[in-house]
Amino acid sequence: MAKRVLLGAAAVLLVIAAAYASFFVAPEERTMGVLQRIFYFHVSCAWAGLTAFSIGFLANLLYVWKRKEKYDWLGVSCAEVGVAFTTVVLISGPIWAKPAWGIYWTWDARLTSTFILWLLYISYLLLRTLIEEPDRRALLSALFGIFAFIDVPIVFGAIRWWRTQHPAPVIMGGPNSGLAPGMRGTFFFAVFAMHILMWFLIAERYSLERMRSDVELLRREAEAT
Amino acid sequence: MGLLSNAAALLGKEVRTEFRSRELLSTTIVFVLIVVVLFSFTFDPTTNESHRFGPGLLWLAFLFAASLMLQTCFLREQVNDTLSALRLAVSDPFAIFLAKIGANTLFLLLTELLMLPVFAALFNVSFRGQLPGILLTFFLGSLGISVAGTALAAISAQARMRELLLPLLLLPLLAPILVASTEVTISLMAPEPFMQWKGIGFLVVFDVVFLTALWLFGEYLLEE
Amino acid sequence: MSAAAEPSIGLRFEKVDKRYGAVYALRNLTLAIAPGECVALAGRNGSGKTTLLRIASCLTRPTRGTLSYSGVTENQNSKTGFVAHATMVYDELTAEENLLFFAKLLGVANRRQRVEQLLSEVGLGERKDSLVRTFSRGMRQRVAIARALLANPSLLLFDEPATGLDPEATAWLTGYLRKLRDSGCTILMSLHGESEVARLATRAVRLDAGSVVADTRSGATFQSIFSFVGG
Repeated sequence: MAKRVLLGAAAVLLVIAAAYASFFVAPEERTMGVLQRIFYFHVSCAWAGLTAFSIGFLANLLYVWKRKEKYDWLGVSCAEVGVAFTTVVLISGPIWAKPAWGIYWTWDARLTSTFILWLLYISYLLLRTLIEEPDRRALLSALFGIFAFIDVPIVFGAIRWWRTQHPAPVIMGGPNSGLAPGMRGTFFFAVFAMHILMWFLIAERYSLERMRSDVELLRREAEAT
Repeated sequence: MGLLSNAAALLGKEVRTEFRSRELLSTTIVFVLIVVVLFSFTFDPTTNESHRFGPGLLWLAFLFAASLMLQTCFLREQVNDTLSALRLAVSDPFAIFLAKIGANTLFLLLTELLMLPVFAALFNVSFRGQLPGILLTFFLGSLGISVAGTALAAISAQARMRELLLPLLLLPLLAPILVASTEVTISLMAPEPFMQWKGIGFLVVFDVVFLTALWLFGEYLLEE
Repeated sequence: MSAAAEPSIGLRFEKVDKRYGAVYALRNLTLAIAPGECVALAGRNGSGKTTLLRIASCLTRPTRGTLSYSGVTENQNSKTGFVAHATMVYDELTAEENLLFFAKLLGVANRRQRVEQLLSEVGLGERKDSLVRTFSRGMRQRVAIARALLANPSLLLFDEPATGLDPEATAWLTGYLRKLRDSGCTILMSLHGESEVARLATRAVRLDAGSVVADTRSGATFQSIFSFVGG
C-alpha cells in the first residue's frame, strides 16, 4: 500500500516538475513561441500511450499462452491507460493547432494514425463489455488485442505513404524539425515523467481489476449455492 | 485428410450452398449499389471529381458491404452447431478458416467485378487497358478484407450485439486496405494511368501478416 | 452392419475440472470406462453430463486434470462419433449431401457407398434427396446418427438422444443402439430418466454438481441412479 502511495506521489511530482520545466526551463522556440511548449506534453503522452499498448500486447500474448487471469487484468489496464493517454494526444493536438495554424485538425500522418489507434483500442474496450463470461472475454479480447496491435505499424506506414501522395500541413513540425540541445533535456524528462505516471495508472487499474474479479467470483459462488 | 484438401472440400460446400440460394451475393451487390448511388449525392460527379473521389467511395462501399456480409460466415455455423461437427471432422482447424476466407474473397471479388462496369458507367470513369492491375488490386484488397473479417467474425459471433460489433472491430483494422486500395485504384483510373507498386506492397504485407496471425491463433478463436 | 473392426476404445477421466468463470461444470471428476462398455450417464440438468461428453469428444478441453484414451492409434477424431442436442448438420443441404460432405472431410474410403449404406440403415434411403430443413425431429436425429457413424467410430457419445422423439422413433433408436452396443462399440450416453434406452446400458453412472456420486460398478443399483426428482 505504501509503495502505491509513493509511486503515485512520485508520478504527480514528476509531472508537475515536467510542466514547470516545459514552461520555464526549456528555451523558447524560434517560430512558434510559447505555443510550442505543449509539444513536450503532447509527444510524451503519445510515447507513454504507445508504451502502454505495447505492454498490453505482451500481456495479451501471455494470456493466450498461459491463460492466467493476471495477464487479462494487465491487458485491460494497459488498454485503458493507453486510450487515456491517446485521448490527451488527440485533444492537445487541436489545442495547439488552432492558434498556430488556424485549423483544429489536419489529417496528417501522425494524427490520423493516432486516431485509428485510438479507435482500435476503444473497440477493444467495447468488445470486453459485450462478452459476459470472464474466460471467453479474456481470450477473445486478447486475440483482438493482438490483431489490433500488429495492425498498428501497417496503419502508420500506409497512412504515412498516403500522405506523401497528398501532402498536407504537418502539426508539430515535419520530420526534419530536430530538437535543440536545450530542449532535449526537458523533452526526455517529460517523457520519463509521463512513463512514471503511466506505470502508476496501470498499477492502480490492475489492482482495481483484481478486486473486481474477486468480487465477481464471490458473487457467482454465492449465487450457485 | 490434409489441411488443403479439407479446406478445398469446405470451400466447395460453401460455394455450392451460396450458388444454390444466391441470397448473400444478391443482397451484397444490391447494398453496394445503394451505397454508390447515395454517395453520388455527396459530391458533384463531374469527371474530375469522379476521378478524385470515385475510387475511394467505391472501396468504402465494398468495406461496408463486407462488414455486413461477413457476419453470416460463423453465424450460420451456430444454427445447428455445425461448427462443432466441422471441428470434429477436420484434422487442422485452420482448414475451416482457409475455406471461409476463400469463399468470402470469392464472393467479395464477384461483387466488385460486377460493380466495376456499373461504377465506370455511372461516373464516366475509364479503366480500359488497366484490367490486370485492377484485378490484382481487387483481389489483394478483398483477400485482406476477408482474412481480417473472417477472424473478427469468429470473435463477434461469440459476443452480444454482433451485428454492430463486427463493423466496429473490422473497419478501423482495415484502414490500411482502404488507403492502399484507393490510392492504387485512383492511379489506375487516372487520365494517364500508372501502377503504384508501393500500394500493392502494403496490401501484400497486410494479407501476409494477418494470414500468419490467423494461422498462429486461429484454433483459439474456435475454442469452446 | 459391420462390427467395429478396430479394438474398442476405453476412456479415463482423471480428476477433471471444467470451469467457466466461477462456475464449475465438472469438479474433480474421475471416471474410467472400459472398452465395449455401454454406459448411461444420469443426472439433473446442470450436473455436468453435456460437459463431460463434450470433453470426451475433444470439443472442449478440461481446465485441470486429464482425459486419456486406450486403444487409439492415430487420428482420434475419426474414431469418435458424437450425437449432441443440436443436429450438427446443414439444414440447407439434403441428407445425402450432408453425409457426403462430412465423409469427404473425414477421409472415409468409398464414401458414396458408405453414405448409401448408412442412409438405408437409418431408414432415410427414400428421403436422401430432401433438404434436412424439411425433416421431423426424429428424422433429423437419424441424420445426426448417420453423420456420427460415417468413419466407423469405436467410441460413440450421445447427449440425451431420446429427447423430443415420439414412441415410434424412440423404438427405432433403442433397436439401433442395441445393435451398436452388441457390435462392440464403447457407448457413453447421457439420459434423463429410466427408459427403454437406459435399459440398454451395461453400466450406469450418476453425476451431481460435476462429480460422480453413484456408479453401478461400485454397487449402486440402476433404479437408484435413475430415480431423482425433476429433470
